[in-house]
Amino acid sequence: MALAIELTGITKRFPGVVANDDIHLAVAEGEIHAICGENGAGKSTLMKILYGMQPPDSGTIKIGGEVVELHSPAQAIDLGIGMVHQHFMLADQLTVLENVILGAEPMRSLGRIDFEAGREHLDEVGRAYGLDINADDLVETLEIGERQRVEIIKVLYRGAKILILDEPTAVLVPQEVDELFRNIRELKADGATILFIDHKLDEVLEIADTITVLRQGRTVGTVKPTDVTAHDLAEMMIGSELPVPDAGASTVTEEVALAVDGLRVFGEGGRAVVDGVSLSVHRGEIVGIAGVEGNGQAELVNAVIGLDDPDEGAITLLGREITHLSVRSRREMGLGYVPQDRHRDGLLLSFTLWENSALGHQTEAPYSRGPWLSRAGMKDRAGRIKADFDVRAPNIEVSAHALSGGNQQKLILGREMVAGPAVLIANHPTRGIDVGAQAAVWDDIREARAQGLATLLVSADLEELIGLSDTIVVMLRGRLVARLDPNEITPRDLGAYMTGAALETDVA
Amino acid sequence: MTGRLAHRLMLASAAPVAAVVIAVVLSSIVLLISGSNPLAAYADMVQHASKLETQVDIFNRATPLYLSGVAAAIGFRMNLFNIGVEGQYLLAFIVSAHLGAQVDLPAVLHIAFILAVAMAVGGAFSGAAGVLKVTRGVNEVISTIMLNAVVISGLSAWWIVEWQAGGEISATGGRVGTEPIADSGVLPNINAWLELFTREVGLGKKLTGMLVVALVVGIVYHVMLNRTVFGFDLRSSGANPTASHVGGVSPKRMVVIAMTLSGAVAGLVGMTELMNTGYYPSNPISLLGFTGIAVALLGRNHPAGVAVAALVFAFLDVSSGILQISGAASREIVEIMKGVIILTAVIAYEVVRRIREREEAAAAAAAMAAGPAAAS
Repeated sequence: MALAIELTGITKRFPGVVANDDIHLAVAEGEIHAICGENGAGKSTLMKILYGMQPPDSGTIKIGGEVVELHSPAQAIDLGIGMVHQHFMLADQLTVLENVILGAEPMRSLGRIDFEAGREHLDEVGRAYGLDINADDLVETLEIGERQRVEIIKVLYRGAKILILDEPTAVLVPQEVDELFRNIRELKADGATILFIDHKLDEVLEIADTITVLRQGRTVGTVKPTDVTAHDLAEMMIGSELPVPDAGASTVTEEVALAVDGLRVFGEGGRAVVDGVSLSVHRGEIVGIAGVEGNGQAELVNAVIGLDDPDEGAITLLGREITHLSVRSRREMGLGYVPQDRHRDGLLLSFTLWENSALGHQTEAPYSRGPWLSRAGMKDRAGRIKADFDVRAPNIEVSAHALSGGNQQKLILGREMVAGPAVLIANHPTRGIDVGAQAAVWDDIREARAQGLATLLVSADLEELIGLSDTIVVMLRGRLVARLDPNEITPRDLGAYMTGAALETDVA
Repeated sequence: MTGRLAHRLMLASAAPVAAVVIAVVLSSIVLLISGSNPLAAYADMVQHASKLETQVDIFNRATPLYLSGVAAAIGFRMNLFNIGVEGQYLLAFIVSAHLGAQVDLPAVLHIAFILAVAMAVGGAFSGAAGVLKVTRGVNEVISTIMLNAVVISGLSAWWIVEWQAGGEISATGGRVGTEPIADSGVLPNINAWLELFTREVGLGKKLTGMLVVALVVGIVYHVMLNRTVFGFDLRSSGANPTASHVGGVSPKRMVVIAMTLSGAVAGLVGMTELMNTGYYPSNPISLLGFTGIAVALLGRNHPAGVAVAALVFAFLDVSSGILQISGAASREIVEIMKGVIILTAVIAYEVVRRIREREEAAAAAAAMAAGPAAAS
């Protein structure tokens, strides 16, 4: 088969680091080719080179057999290469059609936009690739999965034959991933070549025709999914054994650290988004909350943290009612929080690591004394977090945005852990981070559990839930519908509970 | 280590230096086009500024500009655009001038009373915009612009008629104002302190005592912002309100507090003139509030940076007079220079920010590739 893309000897250096070191990649026409590797393995740099965003220092790029020099994304688009970024680049206030034609508007005379021609072309693209979307919907009303579909259509609309998908599943829930994979297969059937960047091994094995693994900027190897197991891939990626979440012996005590009783939160339109939830987390226990995203987990967490005021019910922390206390008082009482969205809820990206390591704890020693900040205390703690939690950074003076996702997450977890919380709310603590960092996060949570930490774990990673939790509760439409023993449940069964397919036994 | 420090210092000073250099070059081009000799104009400006009396003028002008810049900077730190400094200082000016003339207090208390009234009025007026924002979602830009209109063509125009001192007319014949404050309420000038280091100040120039107040405000602003938990709350809430909220800082509370503090400092802007004249004149020095926004922008909201920016602007303002007198160039050239400096400063700061970001990302990537052993 002809090669759609052939990269030979691609090397890219940044000051002090070689991001890509003699990379070779051959992508056949019409295949789904996955690029795997940990964060920092050089995947993103390679894709930026291929998309014309950065020139390589050396090496050659062949597109459809022709040697090309890419200087800009526009040029890559002309060559039929399209990129779907991990973070969507859509205008919320515009419709799907307007977003798709933005920058490539079909024109009529006198500079007027020909929306009809755009709509026709959009429908054509949608039909040809089996992508179903309503052109007149406002983007802000769309689900994440649908937004991603708009991004893909945007690229196809511009005539792309080679699609680069940058960690497309990072933001999706399992059902949406299925939908995405169905779409990808249809794209392939219609002759598109897909370059798929991911580090979730099961997904890669499911979707890819060929897998190329990168490690520390080098090509480790190219394999067929039929020839390898997830285990083999992980070993190629990290050069060692694949970590598994495993809670070990139970450390659950009798002492209740966090209790939620009959909690109700009403959403827009007066519908209860959290509907009579009761649960308790003991010292030394990890309670996992399973559920398809959007079933009230986020609202439950917000109520427990204090971001939202619950309408009914009570929350008790260490025996004291905190239902309507401020976030700050709860935190001072020993409530730790690892948010789902690091950038939005966890970090001050333009601030230094030592400032970030105080965020949320700035009123407590050693970060401050009375109204005065203690820089020495902050820096001291930051240094400890950096060392104990293996945050890879040149020093604690760099700003947080310089760190990779996994290291940002380790910083956040470390910050919460060194504060010695009594209760930790971990909201998707390993989302979007690589295998190595994931194992580190699991280890840290387990270790703290042994010290008596009560943890409420919300996760979409079923392996993680089953592996770490002492008890799993399933949330569906705002209610807790099942309480399960992780030792006796498989991910498949858990999935059935999450969608409501399994027998519903209300524990509320 | 010293190399790295030198590098950082260089990066930090590169932007403002580049901005001034480019501004001088562009202004020279404008001067040449308009048929003036740029070197002659600059020589006039520098020669004028080297005189002690001119320097007093520059400091007198820089003092309200600095306060106005700090007021705007407090808002900017919280991601708020307090465009209402103009109205806030004029309102604080007229109210404190009026109330200050009604009371009879010992000197120190009297001055403190007037300054406190000015800060309270400015703070309350600006805080109102903050309350509107958090309770009704009114954008502070819109509300403060509207409140400017309420003050400038509304309240102050009405009150100056209500409160003017029984039709009292000043020596020059035209200036009408509020009743003069007793001497006990007027902050003395600090010529004596200046003259400790220099010769006697001539031409009847008086260095304003508000300079000391401005310095105190700058120091308090710096310490509050960088050394207190409250300052950390403010900076973090401004940088990322959601993350800061998760970290225990209520963004609504910070918006109201920041607007109030910004307005309180704005209230002091008019005090330089009040402490000079002793009353609110019918045509007070205006536009200080709007200029303050530019000063804060040029000074990067940093207490020292804003001070330098205020001095630069004051120098240019004071120079415009001499250009007209000497005829070396049109006085409007200083307005062009101000604009060009701001424009180039904004661009230069952004360029430096990107360079720094790239260097940090590369260093972090290197640390990651090197592994934990080398990273410590």
